[in-house]
Amino acid sequence: MTEWIDVGLITDIPVQGSRVIAGPAGDIAVFRTANGSVFALRDRCPHKGGPLSEGMVHGNAVTCPLHNWVISLETGQAQGADQGCAGKIPVRIEGERILLAASALHRYAA
Amino acid sequence: MPRKLVVVGNGMAAGRALDELLSRVPDAYSVTVFGAEPRVNYNRIMLSPVLSGEKTYEDILIHDDAWYASNRIDLRCGVAINHIDREAKQVVGADGSVTDYDALLLATGSSPFILPVPGANLPGVVSFRDLDDVEAMLASTRKGGRAVVIGGGLLGLEAAAGLAVQGMDVTVVHLTPTLMERQLDPSAGYLLQRAMEQRGVTIRCGANTQAILGDARVSGVRLDDGEELPADLVVMAIGIRPNAGLARAAGLQVNRGVLVGDDMRTSDPDIFAVGECVEHGGVCYGLVAPLYDMAKVAAARLGGDATARFSGALTATRLKVTGVDLFSAGDFDDGGDRQEVVLRDVARGVYKRVVLKEDRVVGVVLYGDTADGSWFFDLLRRGADVSQMRDTLIHGQSFAVGAPMDPVAAVAALPDDVEICGCNGVCKGKIVQTITGEGLTSLADVRAHTKASASCGACTGLVEKLMALTLGTAFAPATVEPMCGCTDLGHDEARRLIRAGALKSIPAVMQELGWKTSGGCARCRPALNYYLLCDWPEEYEDDARSRYVNERVHANIQKDGTYSVVPRMWGGLTNPRELRAIADVAERYDIPTVKVTGGQRIDLLGVRKEDLPAVWADLNRAGMVSGHAYAKGLRTVKTCVGSDWCRFGTQDSTGLGVRIEKFMWGSWTPAKVKMGVSGCPRNCAEATCKDVGVICVDSGFEIHFAGAAGLHIKGTQLLTRTATEVECIEVIAALTQLYREQGRYLERMYKWADRVGVDAIRAAVVDDAGRRTSLFERFVVSQRKAQVDPWAERAGGRDAHEFTPMANLKLLEAAE
Repeated sequence: MTEWIDVGLITDIPVQGSRVIAGPAGDIAVFRTANGSVFALRDRCPHKGGPLSEGMVHGNAVTCPLHNWVISLETGQAQGADQGCAGKIPVRIEGERILLAASALHRYAA
Repeated sequence: MPRKLVVVGNGMAAGRALDELLSRVPDAYSVTVFGAEPRVNYNRIMLSPVLSGEKTYEDILIHDDAWYASNRIDLRCGVAINHIDREAKQVVGADGSVTDYDALLLATGSSPFILPVPGANLPGVVSFRDLDDVEAMLASTRKGGRAVVIGGGLLGLEAAAGLAVQGMDVTVVHLTPTLMERQLDPSAGYLLQRAMEQRGVTIRCGANTQAILGDARVSGVRLDDGEELPADLVVMAIGIRPNAGLARAAGLQVNRGVLVGDDMRTSDPDIFAVGECVEHGGVCYGLVAPLYDMAKVAAARLGGDATARFSGALTATRLKVTGVDLFSAGDFDDGGDRQEVVLRDVARGVYKRVVLKEDRVVGVVLYGDTADGSWFFDLLRRGADVSQMRDTLIHGQSFAVGAPMDPVAAVAALPDDVEICGCNGVCKGKIVQTITGEGLTSLADVRAHTKASASCGACTGLVEKLMALTLGTAFAPATVEPMCGCTDLGHDEARRLIRAGALKSIPAVMQELGWKTSGGCARCRPALNYYLLCDWPEEYEDDARSRYVNERVHANIQKDGTYSVVPRMWGGLTNPRELRAIADVAERYDIPTVKVTGGQRIDLLGVRKEDLPAVWADLNRAGMVSGHAYAKGLRTVKTCVGSDWCRFGTQDSTGLGVRIEKFMWGSWTPAKVKMGVSGCPRNCAEATCKDVGVICVDSGFEIHFAGAAGLHIKGTQLLTRTATEVECIEVIAALTQLYREQGRYLERMYKWADRVGVDAIRAAVVDDAGRRTSLFERFVVSQRKAQVDPWAERAGGRDAHEFTPMANLKLLEAAE
């Protein structure tokens, strides 16, 4: 059975923004989209390791601040012609609180 | 030896007559043109979009200086003609010049009718006739306040809509019970009134102006029922009167206008007249299409064609108010012998009325859906018998002639002689022939060759469909590169529509301009954020979520996710206290690299994100602020030591650099702006490869701009010279403001200058003192909110969420 870890309130994240969770195997970026969905990805662009948490959030995607790769928040996959995947961390929302799947936090060791 | 043609007047009719003449007999005449306005030939019917901000003066130019030069036309701008000596065949100018003619063309136009009421000549009372009027109105709109427009006809409503868009509180005072009563029946007038009211314009129909109030300047309007409407600006738009005074004084036959025959000759066979100054068959015309017809006939006659005739014209009217579709043609007085067909769709705001007489269309009003305007107008013009299609006539072309058609098929079904462009009288057959005959593939080419859609532009869609029909897949309509995949609009169009629609937030822009994505993308959002910040400096709140990370956290992200921090050093000057503080910060926060930059300051590289607020607090304490080394904005002003120390220095270049930097820091621009000030032409500050560079000389300051030394290497161009530092700073600020207003996001100054032309920039910020002053003032206004040190704000706690993790789960591993 999946263990879920409470990491904070949805309102801790700006709309169309992101916050970082310092995880045991590296940083996790948690995103909040314009229509209120929450997603979590490993905070490393598959291209050159750019911090996705610093990118611009638009629709259900984020543009990496280093070289403008566009990464799907739903799948972690790079969009368009680019190839690569930032690891996706399952998210559960309970009321106003954000929970991340504990097992996934360890999965992506650097 | 060419004959001498003198043209008096340089409006649209004169411009068109010259076009026609040159295309017929390019070398037959040596031409001199006198224009009372100090400008070249522009498209007067497009003044409304200029007022509303949807177009600029440059957009509506018809003939520029180069056109006159290349056609060897002697243009005398700003010179009115005072007298015609028909005996000697000479005209005498207001400047005293005497010019001989073999043929004379009068195109003196018309003057706005000014109500003969007290106060009509107070400052602040304007008409809506030429660019000076528009500029006077725009100057008023910058101060805000109230405007009263007298006259609810075509011009008055376009003026009212434009002023409302520019932020004024507008009331239209109209004599009769409904708007545009000459073109519209009361029902359509009512719909129009409602649409204007939805645009924030107050409409007062059945109201008669008794006096204009005010002492030194207009303060209001009094109606004949005693009510007083306060006003900071009054626009008179109640009609025009032909300018026939010159002709009358010369002894030509004049009634309301200058009388002409079908050959456009006046009572003197060597003198022709065209345009709004003319009366033909008892009618004076004020719409562009018949004026162009007259121009064509006059040119044909001048070119030796003895058969060309002007036989009067039916005119159609379109209102140029964005979002209000209105078309009217012909006449629709009630009469026993007339029948009408009306379609009303209240929910869609559509109203159509066709007036028939003996099975022929004599009048048509379309409101809300004007797509069939050309088709109805063609039926009207041809006097076609419509008895066979009367049942479906009101539903327009696609029903009347068969099953509903797609838009291109509808155009295909039009007969060749149907008029597509009402302004220029161009029919379908002519456009198709020209496209195939000349091998045209772009809209611009079709406009250049046929003039179709080149005036008011309302038929652009039809012309494009004709091109699609004629060229098939060879036609690629998109000529403007869209901002990004979220929209079809280019940067310039989006920006104009932001201003014109007074759109003041990113969601409003995306909603009103039909963005195809819900939240934009990383290309359009920063651009829109910049445009909104630039256009509404006092109202718009910056959207941090539409900023690149560097501008959001006010530092430069490095490849390992750490940041670099560059404090401002004004003009490259520093001191022991600042240097000590920098050294302390570098040690305290383990900053691995300290480097001197090319812009004469010091870069601290490898700062951890969470340390940024503390680093800034320490630097702030030593008096240093952000150097904006990350910004699409003013970066550095590099200087040399100038006359303080250097034996060659001619001026205090260091001091000037500091003053420029202190005045301009914090301003956001389309892309980064780097400046330099050198104290002499040896140019140690390398000012001639900057976006803006000043070279000090003994007599003052040379201002250079549009250089670059990055991806491209480009020397600057000289903009102008000034004698004083104050003037120098004013020119630089005005230049920067023009760039802020015209530059596309991420377009460096040198690319902007290549695109719009150095001469146009110089004309705006050097030659036109008024424009320079207003640009300078707008820059000053925007600086009020811009000059806040972002580091101090964030060291004080702003956006703290940017710099701390939301949760720390690193201990999880140990716990397991």
